[in-house]
Amino acid sequence: MVNCFKMQAATTASKVLGITVWLAAGVNILILISLIGYILAQGIPYLSWELFALEYTTQNVSLFPALVDTLLMVAFALSLAAPIGIGTAIYFVEYAKKSNKFVSIMDMTTDTLAGIPSVVYGLFGLLFFVIYLQMGYSLLAGACTVAIMILPVIIRTTEEALQAVPISYREGSYALGANKLRTVLVVVLPAAVPGILAGIILSIGRIMGETAALVYTAGTVAQLPEDLFSSGRSLAVHLYVLASEGLFMEQAFATAVVLVIITVIINGASTWMAGKLMRGN
Amino acid sequence: MNLQKDKFFKNGFFCIALVSVVAIVMICSFLFVGGMPALEKIGVMKFLLGTQWRPSSELYGILPMILGSMYVTMGALIFGVPIGILTAIFMARFCPRKLYRFFKPIVELMAGIPSVIYGFFGLVVLVPLVRDNFGGTGNSLLTAALLLGIMILPTIVTVAEAALRAVPESYYEGALALGADHVRSVFFTIVPAAKSGLVAAIILGLGRAVGETMAVIMVAGNQARMPQGLLEGVRTMTTNIVIEMGYATDLHYDALIATALVLFLFIVLLNLSFAYFKGGMFGNG
Repeated sequence: MVNCFKMQAATTASKVLGITVWLAAGVNILILISLIGYILAQGIPYLSWELFALEYTTQNVSLFPALVDTLLMVAFALSLAAPIGIGTAIYFVEYAKKSNKFVSIMDMTTDTLAGIPSVVYGLFGLLFFVIYLQMGYSLLAGACTVAIMILPVIIRTTEEALQAVPISYREGSYALGANKLRTVLVVVLPAAVPGILAGIILSIGRIMGETAALVYTAGTVAQLPEDLFSSGRSLAVHLYVLASEGLFMEQAFATAVVLVIITVIINGASTWMAGKLMRGN
Repeated sequence: MNLQKDKFFKNGFFCIALVSVVAIVMICSFLFVGGMPALEKIGVMKFLLGTQWRPSSELYGILPMILGSMYVTMGALIFGVPIGILTAIFMARFCPRKLYRFFKPIVELMAGIPSVIYGFFGLVVLVPLVRDNFGGTGNSLLTAALLLGIMILPTIVTVAEAALRAVPESYYEGALALGADHVRSVFFTIVPAAKSGLVAAIILGLGRAVGETMAVIMVAGNQARMPQGLLEGVRTMTTNIVIEMGYATDLHYDALIATALVLFLFIVLLNLSFAYFKGGMFGNG
């Protein structure tokens, strides 16, 4: 009898726990849908061609200059961070001895870089690039700052991609007489390309959404830049300025829509790329 | 000949790998060099424990901001940890494979949404929600904690899921063999076994909450005074830097860098403990 009762209690508790787990998962979906749904529903009616006018004025509150700034910074930051990040990952996976004390310190450095808040990066960018290297508030200073920021993202995803390449590829290459460098560059790296691209796309997303690190490095000028040395606001900074001023809430909603759509596309592309890598193996 | 060449390239890649070390050393030294003068002038104790932040009358105590960061972070953990861990358990052990293909990208998308979008959502949805239901202006500690609780979810879910998946399948099978049902097997064998990794997930989420800036700025009210209550405005260390950096000069400027230094040291400490707990995970040590 007693045993029977205990069994019953156990299954009830199990049921409750099981339902809680499903509920918790549901909360995530609910949050995401309400976040994206609300912004799209409120913002899409305010999307207009004026928002993409070549020049920013207080009449059109164009986001086009901010978009150009963002793309310029993405391109420049990637051209700095991608080679360094991929090279670092190659060193960690293909060359470094795991038992080496210094290697494990370097490995922890990557984790630490990933953990530093973007506002600290922003302050460092201000102190080092803007003031010490005398770049001034400029796209260049902003791009350099976010380049350091995305470094750990690129390193980690590239590491994963390289590790996913079967060891037999390397052995086959050696057996055919190729040396280490040739093996890495011609055999391993091409096989890891989808994973590396997934990481790079992910870091494009990071830069696109970055605000705190850019306010005091790239500045907040809302006009089209003349060159890399002119100041300019990124799209996220643009949204922040609009929302905190509170003068152009309609345009802020529309800008948020553009930013959300870009985020969704970038994430989709990254997931698709990563999936390609998994299928490849 | 070939060996020499290989050695050359090995050193080349090593030099590239050194860049991130150099970066962190530079960040460290610039924060120290920039922040030390203020700490010396104000006094470390006065700076850390001073309850007044009034740059106009040369009062630089960041205790209000330290407490602000702590309260907001704790609030975020109260919201985010239970949901995050349960979601991770769902993904690792409950989610049907077909659903997982949709669910995983959803969590990744949540991680990818920029903080300024979260902040904007908080500003136009959560602030009015809190104002109408609980009173006050809506720009409050509670709103910031809620928003951060949402924002740290993907971090916690991703790390916790990896920790749960690292537990050997035999644990689960053993529990089943002893007569436990699916739920009991998961909650009483897998979850305790993944404890170390779950703690690591929480620490990483904590770090994100402490370091978040833009989303907090948009919903927290940002009054530089000791936290007054759940429904009152609050300022964190991160927001203090962004709000005042634009016009600060001299000692005020240095005091802000010192604030960042305190924040940085705190994050490094968190990272060390994260590495410690991650090391305790299955398959990692």
